[in-house]
Amino acid sequence: MNIGKNKKKEKRRNIFISIYEAFKNFGSAFPIFLGIILLLGLLRTYVSPQLISSIFRGEIFVDTLLGSVFGSVSAGNAVTSYIIGGELLKEGISLFAVTAFIVAWVTVGVVQFPAEAAILGKRFAFSRNLLSFILSIAVAIGTVMMLRMIP
Amino acid sequence: MKKSSREKKGKRRWPGFIFLALVIVTYCILFILSRENVYRSLKVSGNILVNLIPVFIVVILFMGISNFFLKPKSVSRYLGKESGIKGWFIAAIAGILSHGPIYIWYPVLKEFRQKGMRTGLLGVFLYNRAIKIPLLPLLIYYFGTVFAVLLLIWMIIASLAEGKILEILE
Repeated sequence: MNIGKNKKKEKRRNIFISIYEAFKNFGSAFPIFLGIILLLGLLRTYVSPQLISSIFRGEIFVDTLLGSVFGSVSAGNAVTSYIIGGELLKEGISLFAVTAFIVAWVTVGVVQFPAEAAILGKRFAFSRNLLSFILSIAVAIGTVMMLRMIP
Repeated sequence: MKKSSREKKGKRRWPGFIFLALVIVTYCILFILSRENVYRSLKVSGNILVNLIPVFIVVILFMGISNFFLKPKSVSRYLGKESGIKGWFIAAIAGILSHGPIYIWYPVLKEFRQKGMRTGLLGVFLYNRAIKIPLLPLLIYYFGTVFAVLLLIWMIIASLAEGKILEILE
């Protein structure tokens, strides 16, 4: 009976220790999180959707590339990218560019790069972001081409 | 011995503080140029931080519970070298189901990696975080059902390609 109680107590203690360890690990990454959050504040103040829409010209490849570039340097909730993407589409920007923009928004993180590199390693962060950037163009072209093939 | 490990920890902490200090310096420079924009940026950042606090708590709890239950052996069995196709599937589903901004998952993934998670699966997890089931209605609202389905299919394929290439580059 006592052994069972002790085991339960020990288990509960171990869970608390695990949560405390997690809190400590998370806390050590907090300066990076805070830096990113402050950068996001600057980005949302200085980069407006109007500024983004004034740059697209109507050429498929260039627009797709630009879409990926803007998606990469932007950051935030995916909802924001859908809303901006939807509004850009209404303003006549090609679906190729908008798709690349929303895909790069969530898969490439220029703003988060310092955090990713510090925590997961520079080599990994660089390769992953570069690949995600290239793939955002491929995904945009593939998706829109296929969409056009469907009657 | 202890001293050297403490020194190492200290060194590891510096990049975070240097990064934060650089951002603060940027704010100070911008403050001289336009006070209004800096106040607006701080307000936006404050709102983001407040919205993130519940997600931070969930992530810390998730890390703690996974620390308790997931031992290196089980991580390497499900997400390690011997995980096979099942590992790719688990990483993709976990990426789709995970919540919150990408960067708050980095410490969790670092721990998984230290416990033996494959680099390719790390890539698959991070890429699939782009697919958010609760956000599908909004994606459909703006771009239509066919577009949403095609995009999801292409993104899952891209995530697997990214994972494979990351492993080749490793």
